[in-house]
Amino acid sequence: MTTLLTPPTSAESLLPSTMPLQLIDPDGQAGRSQGELALPEPGILLELHRRMVLGRRFDRQATMLTRQGRLAVYPSSRGQDGCQVGAVLALREQDWLFPTYRDTVAVVTRGVDAAEALSLLRGDWHCGYDPYQYRVAPQCTPLATNTLHAVGLAHAARLKQQDQVALVLLGDGATSEGDTHEALNFAAVWQAPVVFLVQNNGYAISVPLAKQTAAPTLAAKGVGYGIPSMLIDGNDAAAVYSAVRSCVDRAAAGQGPALIEALTYRMEAHTNADDAGRYRADGEVQAWLARDPIARLEAYLRSAGLLDERAARQVAAEADRLAERVRDRMNREVRTDPGDLFAHVYTRPTAALEQQRDALLSELGESAP
Amino acid sequence: MTALLTAATDPSAPAPAAVPVTMAAALNAALADSLAADERVLIFGEDVGTLGGVFRVTDGLAARFGEQRVFDTPLAESGIIGTAIGMAMNGLIPVVEMQFDAFAYPAFEQITSHLAKLHNRTRGHVRLPVVVRIPFGGGIGGVEHHSDSSEAYYVHTAGLRVVAPGTPADAYRLLRQSIECPDPVIFLEPKRRYWSKETAALTMDGPGIDRAVIRRPGRDVTLIAYGGMVDTAAEAAEAAAGEWDIEVIDLRSLSPFDDATLAESVCRTGRAVVVHEAPGFAGYGAEVVARLTQQCFHYLEAPILRVTGLDIPYPPPHLEHLHLPDADRILDTIAQLQWGDHA
Repeated sequence: MTTLLTPPTSAESLLPSTMPLQLIDPDGQAGRSQGELALPEPGILLELHRRMVLGRRFDRQATMLTRQGRLAVYPSSRGQDGCQVGAVLALREQDWLFPTYRDTVAVVTRGVDAAEALSLLRGDWHCGYDPYQYRVAPQCTPLATNTLHAVGLAHAARLKQQDQVALVLLGDGATSEGDTHEALNFAAVWQAPVVFLVQNNGYAISVPLAKQTAAPTLAAKGVGYGIPSMLIDGNDAAAVYSAVRSCVDRAAAGQGPALIEALTYRMEAHTNADDAGRYRADGEVQAWLARDPIARLEAYLRSAGLLDERAARQVAAEADRLAERVRDRMNREVRTDPGDLFAHVYTRPTAALEQQRDALLSELGESAP
Repeated sequence: MTALLTAATDPSAPAPAAVPVTMAAALNAALADSLAADERVLIFGEDVGTLGGVFRVTDGLAARFGEQRVFDTPLAESGIIGTAIGMAMNGLIPVVEMQFDAFAYPAFEQITSHLAKLHNRTRGHVRLPVVVRIPFGGGIGGVEHHSDSSEAYYVHTAGLRVVAPGTPADAYRLLRQSIECPDPVIFLEPKRRYWSKETAALTMDGPGIDRAVIRRPGRDVTLIAYGGMVDTAAEAAEAAAGEWDIEVIDLRSLSPFDDATLAESVCRTGRAVVVHEAPGFAGYGAEVVARLTQQCFHYLEAPILRVTGLDIPYPPPHLEHLHLPDADRILDTIAQLQWGDHA
């Protein structure tokens, strides 16, 4: 079926650009890039800025909550805010997001309640939200395994003739996993409406990209699968938005999957439990600070007269209110129900599980429901 | 083949007649009837489309139902399970095939970390009614990697149902029940019995997906088997007819385990033997023995024994008969059950 309709593609047409696509440079200047991507309209740029400020504040609050013992662990998104906010805002209402543990800012940007999003990291349940409510899959911990789920969901949408695209987030480390290979291949063979966004932050915990791959770029891998690829500046939220949006539109139009590599940097350690000083130099981190995605977009917005001091203060105040809400919610007593351990293993508990539940509840001095 | 064996889904239609049917044909009919009954059902895997599967279990289905519903995938087992999960998240009911037991291992992470756990992870919001068909076990003279009994890996994973049919008619019933089941099901097909015949009507009537059945009632000893060993157990029971009256139980559902049916039988007979092809060490039989010992201890006349494969990697074809339990080995084991008069 698809083989007859697929036009012959040349390898060259699938290759990413040599230099990462950029719409706003680190100094906040726009208009130097050529072709391919257009700068999003001002309303979208303002929203990208606002959501990044909110996301960054949320992220900082979550990191502080680990120090207070309120969260078991938190893998920070700081530095990757441009990727996560830009990509999520490019999705349409009906599309699906498949995030990893690194992507909590993407999850809250999609609209997931902040406290529900932190359930996993707080430790009261593995996933605190209903994936169908937000069309956000549970944050995935085993690397690259979510890529296949995204391909399957997208292919199902196509079989059901639903206009729906899946966006899957993965990191540079995940590109070494076999599932990424299988997912790219399945997506290409099926022409599934799925967009792969690799946030290349330079490290898989401590292992630098040079030990991860010998490929010229991660985006260059797309050609081997027959998937068109883009290399973009991941700290340019405008470029991320435009790139993801163009790939979503393309997929929705029945033109198949796309692979985007966004070059970015993880400003914090892998998690609060990690010591990044053991594997990377301070100078490197400082250099990336100068490429900060929020500062860059804010510089552009101010110079273009789209954002003034008053509006910036409003956004900052909104971020503080968000942080306060998150803090309040997370400072409340953790409420868990021992019955939950048995309730969802199967759609209906087996007789053996009901026995174990009753034994546990009686051990706890409670009565069975 | 398919058209002849297809059971009526219209309740007002006459009951299907009993006909001689192989297990492979019964499975084929179950797939065809499920595809016909529910448009959400999809079948995919390696060689399941045009070829009809290496064991021909999906023969004719792609032609009848079209390549949108029955299709070949790239050769990648993790990809097959991982995409099945995504499809199920989007409302479809994938029935996928792993070509052979040992070829399912690349999918192990997707099965154990996601297929089994997403329902629990999301407090029941995400349901994954996926059926993973795996031809399992030996006895076909297969070279290495084609004869594993991998059930213990799956039954140890909470969230999965694991079933194995022992007869053609039950293969039909159990597969249709598995496809209708809202939980993920590992469906183990005893490949040595694909061509075993039974004269039976293919119907969903009968025991539920999680129930064991007494294949042959008896008074003296309960012989517990599943999959390819059900016929072997029945053969042993027939051979012993003059000496012991053996009750043969076909477990059908390995997980969950039907404690009620099994405990009733073992408490009644006072003796039991568990048979499986898989190695005995930490094998499925150990769990059966532990559960029944706990539930039937005061009724037991002898320890519950196991007849299993050896604790070795699966042997090459010319040596597999030494590994596989047979009727003689089962009867030798039954003879050890402290019979008093018989000792």
